[in-house]
Amino acid sequence: MRIELDINGELRAVEVEPRTTLLDCLRDQMQLTGAHAGCEHGVCGACTVLFDGAAVRSCLMFAVQAQGSAVRTIEGVTPGPGEMSMIQDAFCETHGMQCGYCTPAMVLVAHALLADNPEPTREEIIDAISGNICRCTGYAQIVEAIALAAERMRGVNRPVNLK
Amino acid sequence: MKAAPFEYSRAASIEEACALLAGDESARVIAGGQTLVAMMAMRLARPSLLIDINRIAALSYIRADGDAIAIGATTRQCVAERDPLIATKLPLLARAIPRIGHAATRARGTIGGSLANADPAAECALVAVTLDAVLSFQSHSESGEIAARDFFNGPMITALPAGALLTGVRFPVWSGKVGTGFHEVNARRSDFAFVSAAAQVELGGDGVARRIAIAVGAVGDFPVRLTSAEQALTGTALESAKVEAAVREALANIDALDDLHASAQYRRRVAVDLTIRAITDARADALGEKPHAH
Repeated sequence: MRIELDINGELRAVEVEPRTTLLDCLRDQMQLTGAHAGCEHGVCGACTVLFDGAAVRSCLMFAVQAQGSAVRTIEGVTPGPGEMSMIQDAFCETHGMQCGYCTPAMVLVAHALLADNPEPTREEIIDAISGNICRCTGYAQIVEAIALAAERMRGVNRPVNLK
Repeated sequence: MKAAPFEYSRAASIEEACALLAGDESARVIAGGQTLVAMMAMRLARPSLLIDINRIAALSYIRADGDAIAIGATTRQCVAERDPLIATKLPLLARAIPRIGHAATRARGTIGGSLANADPAAECALVAVTLDAVLSFQSHSESGEIAARDFFNGPMITALPAGALLTGVRFPVWSGKVGTGFHEVNARRSDFAFVSAAAQVELGGDGVARRIAIAVGAVGDFPVRLTSAEQALTGTALESAKVEAAVREALANIDALDDLHASAQYRRRVAVDLTIRAITDARADALGEKPHAH
């Protein structure tokens, strides 16, 4: 089936089998390999993308269901080539990653959280990332990264493409 | 972890979805897909045809309907979670929704999908049974309603007729001095409950329970009302000794699931504690007190 969708602000058309998950479509057909394939059955959260602005698991959706929707992946959160979003910067500064496998999803969850709630409490940050498994950091620096990013983002005008 | 091949059809109306369902016995309806897609990935489900009802506008609503709140089947859990009508009129559901999966699954998961899926640990199912919700369905040839108490027949088995589409659910709204309590135990905050308990109480001006509804989930094959405890506690001031005795009695012979995650003995013991806490919280809530820290 042919589907058209907005991928990181660009309208793209792609031919998919109904059984192709949104995750496999992004990775194999659009070369957006920042969405990571972990468990592929909705448990680990590594495949999280922003679907019409909300953080969702791309392994729990078929690509055909995304017809006409807007999908944002980690490749689409930077202000420009070679640059990082404020949230990505905060992850670097606080060492909010080790192996990096869970990181794109964690960053996107943080984007969704902060777009909705610019001043999250520690509890709210923990709740937001509770569906994303990290096997390296022990989560403390990830929570710290999101809190730091929130603090910085509150201090500036919000860049237009941070959503 | 890849689904077997299937046909896909995006239904534009309830009638179209019903016609498609009638035409293929091994078709499955997909709403949020947060369980179904995982089941298909593991090939525990292999539908020949997937009927996508996500874009049927008539299935997504939250509205007052007489003495009840009606919720459309494809209403997203994240939408219900933020809905002011649910927050004020269905406080028990409002308390339970944040416990369903996590934010990323609630963004896709639907109220109707959770009910139709009938996982023994589903929070929506527990609240529906506790509040005597009524589920409506439609098929190619008929439409009808089923009380939540009669809807859940077993783990992932419901009384929904073959070829029928769950279209919505009505939760009765209680009036007066109403309080609610909801507790569950799981390995991680967003994971399946091993045991869950819900209670809703209406207190009279004298602090006596005029009406009380109590149920446990995840303990057996489907949520169960503790009718004997409800009878024993109606008309009392919910004194702690009475609550404990009534709950112990009601759960004494409950048939509990026994699996890798929790033994039947554990589930029974925890069910007693969580139910007592849920009732205690519901009473405190109705009296306007701060819930007890557990």
